Amino acid sequence: MNEAHNPILLDVHNLTVSYGGKPVLWEIDFEMPFGVLGGIIGPNGSGKSTLLKTIMALIEPLSGHVNIFGKGLDEVRSKVSYVPQRESVDWDFPASVLDVVLMGRYMKKSSFMGAYSKTDVEIAKSALERVGMDTFQNRQISKLSGGQQQRVFMARAIAQDADFYLMDEPFAGVDAASERLIMDVLLSIRDSGKSLLIVHHDLHTARDYFDWVVMLNTRLVAAGPKDEIFTEKNLQEAYGGKLTVLSQLSHLVKDRDFPVREKPRTKK
Amino acid sequence: MFRDPNAMIVLAGVLLLAFSSGLVGTFTFLRKRALVGDAVAHSILPGVCLAFMIGDSRNMLYLMLGALIAGWLSLFSMDVILRKSKIKSDTATALVLSVFFAAGIFLLTIIQQSGKGAQSGLDQFLFGKAAAMLPQDVLVFAISSISIVLLIFIFYKPFKIVSFNADYGRSIGMKVGAYEFLLSTLTVLAVASGIQAVGVVLMAALLITPAAAARFWTDRLSYMLIISAVMAMISAFLGTWISYTSSGMPTGPWIIMVLSVIAVLSIFIAPKTGILAKFLQARRNSNKILLENALKSFYLAGEKVNNFKIQKTEIQWQSICNLNGAVLTKVLRKLNRMKLLLKLGEAWQLSDSGIEESKRIVRLHRLWELYLNQRLNLKPDHVHEGAEAMEHLITPELEALLSKELGNPELDPHNSQIPYSTKP
Amino acid sequence: MTAFWIILAGSLVAVSCALLGTFLILRRMAMVGDAISHSVLPGIVIAYLISDDRSGWVLLTGAALTGVLASLLIEWFHRKARIQSDASIGITFTWLFAIGVILISKYAGDIDLDQECVLYGEIAYLPLSTIVTESGYSFGPTGIWILLLNLILVLLFVILGYRGLQITTFDPSFAAAMGISTAFWHYGLMSAVSLTTVFSFESVGAILVLAFLVVPAATAYLLTEKLRSMLILASLFGVMASTGGYYLALWFDGSIAAAMALLSGGIFALIFIFAPKQGIIFKYLRSEKLLSGKSLSAQEFPLNKHKF
Repeated sequence: MNEAHNPILLDVHNLTVSYGGKPVLWEIDFEMPFGVLGGIIGPNGSGKSTLLKTIMALIEPLSGHVNIFGKGLDEVRSKVSYVPQRESVDWDFPASVLDVVLMGRYMKKSSFMGAYSKTDVEIAKSALERVGMDTFQNRQISKLSGGQQQRVFMARAIAQDADFYLMDEPFAGVDAASERLIMDVLLSIRDSGKSLLIVHHDLHTARDYFDWVVMLNTRLVAAGPKDEIFTEKNLQEAYGGKLTVLSQLSHLVKDRDFPVREKPRTKK
Repeated sequence: MFRDPNAMIVLAGVLLLAFSSGLVGTFTFLRKRALVGDAVAHSILPGVCLAFMIGDSRNMLYLMLGALIAGWLSLFSMDVILRKSKIKSDTATALVLSVFFAAGIFLLTIIQQSGKGAQSGLDQFLFGKAAAMLPQDVLVFAISSISIVLLIFIFYKPFKIVSFNADYGRSIGMKVGAYEFLLSTLTVLAVASGIQAVGVVLMAALLITPAAAARFWTDRLSYMLIISAVMAMISAFLGTWISYTSSGMPTGPWIIMVLSVIAVLSIFIAPKTGILAKFLQARRNSNKILLENALKSFYLAGEKVNNFKIQKTEIQWQSICNLNGAVLTKVLRKLNRMKLLLKLGEAWQLSDSGIEESKRIVRLHRLWELYLNQRLNLKPDHVHEGAEAMEHLITPELEALLSKELGNPELDPHNSQIPYSTKP
Repeated sequence: MTAFWIILAGSLVAVSCALLGTFLILRRMAMVGDAISHSVLPGIVIAYLISDDRSGWVLLTGAALTGVLASLLIEWFHRKARIQSDASIGITFTWLFAIGVILISKYAGDIDLDQECVLYGEIAYLPLSTIVTESGYSFGPTGIWILLLNLILVLLFVILGYRGLQITTFDPSFAAAMGISTAFWHYGLMSAVSLTTVFSFESVGAILVLAFLVVPAATAYLLTEKLRSMLILASLFGVMASTGGYYLALWFDGSIAAAMALLSGGIFALIFIFAPKQGIIFKYLRSEKLLSGKSLSAQEFPLNKHKF
């Protein structure tokens, strides 16, 4: 993991990402250290989810690149865990809570299609215990509340036994009790030496929840330890509307199908 | 073909059907119900068969009635399945489509086995043997087409709202459900008549393809309706003509063939949204980038020695511009034609307007670098690449805004001078 | 004896389709199944034209490739031409089907394929066609062996690929993030559906395959919340529909394949109305009587469903 030699966990370099032909993220550039509970905050439509998905290589950027643990994502996938938005999944899917958590063990299995081993099952169960869902093992996922669904997703992530957890709005639509519980789990993950980066929808709780913050509004407003970031000026910039110049330039890019980089990006 | 009265009847009928389908299809397309039209088309078969069995007649009106009832029933079934169970919309559509259609085939084969002979009337519904159209059929189609046009005309505004933004309609108190029902009725009507031209399976094409193609040509609903209807009619005409002139060729599939080709053509040649247009735009972009970059390298070379009118031969410029021989020659000639470069014997040199132009580009580059640095919080060593691209895109209007936002700056993040340009 | 072969053929098709169809409906790709089953028509016709042998492997695989071609075309219309997904499906399959019908009309003389047969097959001919050609001694209709082979391939795919299919169906973003190739499973499923459609078309026709793909699986969906059970139940309902359908057809003297599809719909309707938990009668009773004691199932978000 090279923490001593390379204190940067996540290096986001000049990321520009488009949606429907129009850039929604411009030249996002920041470095995130190890061992923090990081949060991405910003108004609706500021590109938070898009940023996370681009880091996870689910979206191809128009410019820039991302390094995790000093390498490209493909080399370190086993150390990275991604928790997508809860609503991106159809919870009517026929599966039990344990089934879903076990999915986190899929890549760790030696063979392509063999059954999950006893160890896999034990890891899954202890992950469920950690989020307080062990009694729900055999419950069908369609019978879960929002908070419970989120906790199942978390257990799946924990079962992956990763070093870096990226989560997309884990607190959205979740009841207060589940929220507290999830927060505790996140903190315990961080305390065990791992790192997290969470897209968060609520500005008010952000200050309490995170150690380290990325403030976005189509572009990077600020990134750093939370106490340095939560200034009046930054909040104004982040929540005070979009930059006119960027909006106009986005339109031009879309209108003329203009490349955001002259030559194809070279991946490090 | 135009002298054959039978052929003209077929043509008239087919044109009317295409016309109504093109119109109605626009709305189903916009509401993203394209495949529901397909389901309705398949579902009509049992209605027609039952009407035939009960009424024992080939009377078009009678069969249409059966078709309409079956069509409504299928929509109702899809709706019930969707609302009362966890089954999703695509599954509900496919389910109703296949089961109703199976019922139809089942009844059809029973009729065929019972030797009622007149079963050929029903085959029309399967494959749309337009060739067997009768004048009275065309009359029915005309009536249904006119009704469709009238209804669309009368309810144009609410239909528009329901298609583009039903939630908004609800919020202003519009009876969205009623209008959706009306649109569904129009769909069933168009389908019930349309399948006699092209048959059950291909009916979906008449609803979907002209609308999808029309979408490439316009953003506005009224134009889209017209273009869609026209494309459908052209396809109907050509399809009928092809089938008439080559023996044994079925009308329906040829109509769809022409229609699909028109759609693919639209995808390629439509202005702005078409693939060709995009390709040309990309080429324009590349050329602009190429020329402007060359110009910039002249300028920067000059800036280094503080003499913008330095002269170099083509070979010398090669290493400065970093372009290969053939490309460089073209670039130099083009810049010369644009009066931005002067050719003096073997050497090339920036003209006065060339200096102006390259100053403008360098100015944009440095302004953008500053913007990236100050507003987007990028470190000075991270701003160059972005500026390399955007310097070619920023318009004079945007440039003015940019400069104003930055407070008419003089230095870029690397402490280089930002040139002023005399261009307005 | 014929009854046995026919029911067996229907059941083989039904099970193959039910297994694949389960994943199709869970992936909300039921209509893509519709598209593929229509789209293989030109491939079948071309293959018949090229190779004279009715049961050639080359011809069947080639025809199955048109199914994959169809899904590639749909992708092209959707991704490159930026056309909405339902329209992409509609344009593709109607165009391919039209090509198929045109080819049949043009070459009707050269191949013994007629339009109605294409639509709903003639499963009754299945045993007849082979018993005549075999010189007295037969291993049973060749058609059956093809269907059996198809079922084996499908079973292999579903069993070996169970986890991959499960994960990519439930949560494609998560799967991709883990490094699983969602494209592999997608095209794998599409290929399997194409292959099954082509293998089955002789017996049940291109269009009725859709019923077997979707209806038993949808019925099972209402009854269970375990994936394995859904696969098994779907297969069971398919076999029931096959068996019952044969007798229904016999009774009314109609198309056997159509009867089978119709019956699968009937089974669905029964389950839809009467099933415990999901059936509408039960739901109605529950809502009226405020049945107590049911543990939480508080859905905090309304289900996002289209309305017609």
